[in-house]
Amino acid sequence: MARSRYLDAEAVNGLKMISPTAIYALLMLAVPLFLIFVYSFLTDGYLVIERIPTFANYVETWTSPVFEKVMIRSLGVSMAVTAATVLAAFPMAYYVSFFVEPSRKSIWLFLITIPFWTSYLIRVFLWLVILGYNGVINSTLMSLGIITEPLTAILYNANSVVITLAHAYAPFAILPIFVALEKIDRSLLEAGRDLGETPFMTFLRVTLPLAMPGIISAIMIVFIPTIGDYVTPTLLGGPEGKMVANLVQLQYLKLDNYPMGSATAVSAMAMVGIALIVGFAQSKLFRRVYTRLIGGSNAGTSVAIAALAVVTSFGACILAGRVLNGAFFAVVLSVAIGHIAMLIWLRAREAK
Amino acid sequence: MMKGGGFKIYAFVYLLFLYAPIVLLPIFAFNNAAIIAFPLSGFTTKWFEILWVEPQLWVAAQNSLIVGVSTSILSTTLGVFAARASTRYAFPGKGGIIGMIMLPLVLPEIILAVALLVLLLGIGIPLSLFTVTLGHVLVCTPFSIAILSAAFQSLDKSLEEASYDLGENAITTFWLVILPLVMPGIISSLLITFTISLDEFIMAFFLAGTDTTLPVYIFSQFRFPKSVPVIMALGTILVLLSITLLSIAEYFRRRGIAKSGGSDTGGFL
Repeated sequence: MARSRYLDAEAVNGLKMISPTAIYALLMLAVPLFLIFVYSFLTDGYLVIERIPTFANYVETWTSPVFEKVMIRSLGVSMAVTAATVLAAFPMAYYVSFFVEPSRKSIWLFLITIPFWTSYLIRVFLWLVILGYNGVINSTLMSLGIITEPLTAILYNANSVVITLAHAYAPFAILPIFVALEKIDRSLLEAGRDLGETPFMTFLRVTLPLAMPGIISAIMIVFIPTIGDYVTPTLLGGPEGKMVANLVQLQYLKLDNYPMGSATAVSAMAMVGIALIVGFAQSKLFRRVYTRLIGGSNAGTSVAIAALAVVTSFGACILAGRVLNGAFFAVVLSVAIGHIAMLIWLRAREAK
Repeated sequence: MMKGGGFKIYAFVYLLFLYAPIVLLPIFAFNNAAIIAFPLSGFTTKWFEILWVEPQLWVAAQNSLIVGVSTSILSTTLGVFAARASTRYAFPGKGGIIGMIMLPLVLPEIILAVALLVLLLGIGIPLSLFTVTLGHVLVCTPFSIAILSAAFQSLDKSLEEASYDLGENAITTFWLVILPLVMPGIISSLLITFTISLDEFIMAFFLAGTDTTLPVYIFSQFRFPKSVPVIMALGTILVLLSITLLSIAEYFRRRGIAKSGGSDTGGFL
C-alpha cells in the first residue's frame, strides 16, 4: 500500500513537472494539427471560410493532375534522398564509432553537425553556385577538357534537389546510426570472430542487425521532413522540380485557400504514412518468410527488401496512374489497404 | 590506425562534401564580381561595406535578435521542465507525452507552420515577431530537451537525496543542488536554440506577417541577382557567428556532462 502511494506521488510530480512543456505542445502543435484536419473538410468562401462540411477539397486534390505529379515527384525525391543519405552516412558513422579514438569522437560529431546548424538558406543557395551553368562543377570539368558544353542535367530539376537535400540531411542520418553502433557490445564482435566467422560475416550477422534500429530511425528522420522541404525545390527545383510544399505554400499564401491547402497538407502526410506502413509491413513479411524457410532472422536484408518493396509499390502506383487515367487515388488507397490488412494478418499469426 | 584506412579516406571525402558550400561562401564574399561564378576576379571588401549601410538589413537583424533571445529563453525553460521530468520521474503516458513534444523534430516544418498559421488567424492573433517566436519555441524545444536530457541523465541521484537528508525541500534542492550542476547544459541549450532560431526560415516566412527576420530578408534578396554578393558577405558573417556560438555551446555541453559525473557520448541528438 505504502509503495503504491509512493508511486502515485512520483507520477503526480512527474506530470506536474512536464505539464508546462506538454501544455505548450498541446496548444501549439496538437490543436493546430487537429485544426488543419478540420479545415480540410470546410468550404472556402470569398474572404471567409464557410462552415459547410464537404469532401470536395479531397476530391479536387486527388483528382488533380498537378497534385498527382507533384506528389509522385516529392515521394521520388524523398526516397532517393533517403537512400543516398543513409547509404553514405553508414560508413561515416561506422568509421567514427569503430575507428576513432573515444576521446576524439565528440570532436568528429561536432564537425559533422556544424554545417547542419549554419545558414540553411545560404547553403542551399550555394549549391546553385556549385551546380550552375558557370558553376564549380561545370567550370572544373570544362577546364579539364572532360566536357565541352556545360552540363544542364544538374540544375533546376529533381536531380539538383536530391543532391542538395542529401547534403542538408546528412547529419540527421549519421547521428542515429552512430548512436546505435556505439551501443553494440564490442565483445559480441570478438565472440563472432572466435566462433570462426570472417570479419565481413561478423559485420553482416552481428553489427548490421544491431545497428538496424539506428538505420530505421535515420530513414524516418530523413524521409519524413524531406518530403515537405520548401526551400530547396523553390531555389533549385526550377519548374520541373517543384514539390508538395510548394503546392501547400501556393494554396495558403498565394491563393489564400486554406481548406484546399489543408487538404493538400493532410494528403501529403497521409502519403508519408502510407509509404512507412508499406515499408513496415513488407519488412515484417520478409522476416516471417525468412524465418519460416531458412530459420533465424535477418534484419538487414528485411529492411533492404522493404525499401525495395516501397520503391516497387511506388512504381506500380505511378504506372497504374498513367495507364488508368485518374486512378492515382484508387491505386494508392488499395496499396494502403492491402498493406494494413497484411500487417493485421501478420500480427494475428504472431499472436498465435 | 591502419585498419580504418579506407574508412578514413571516405570520412575525409565526406567531410569535404559537407563543408563544400561553407568553404565557397567566403570566396565569393570577397570576390570582386557581381556574378557568383568562376573564374574569380580579384579581392574586394566592398560587399561588406554595402552590407554595413543597408537599413533593411539592420531592421531584420534586430528582429532576429529579439526573436532569437526570446526563443532561446522560452524553449530552454520548457526544455528544463521536460528533461527533468523525463529523466527523474516515472509517470503514466510518459512515452506519449514526450513523443508529442519531440514530434516537431520529424514533422516537415511547413506542416507545423501552416497548422500554426491556421490556429493563430483562427483565434485572431495578428502575425508579428511574437507569432514567429511561438513557432520557433515549438521547433527549438525538442533540441533543448535532447541537450538537457544528457545533462540531467548523468546527474547522481544521491546528491539530491543528500540534500533532502540535510533538510532542504524540493524547490531549494533544485535551486541549490541540481541547477548549478546542469548549468553548463542550460547555457549550451540557450546558445544552440538561439542559433537554430537565427537560422530558421519556414516558420518566419509563414508567421512573420510584415516583419522580416534575417532568413526572410535573405530569401527575398535571392530574387535580385545584384544583391547576391552582399548576401554572400552576410552569410559569411552569419556562419562565423554560428560556428562561434556552437563551439561555445559544445564547450559547455561537455563541461556539463563532466561536472555531473557522466561520460561523454558525444553529439547533440
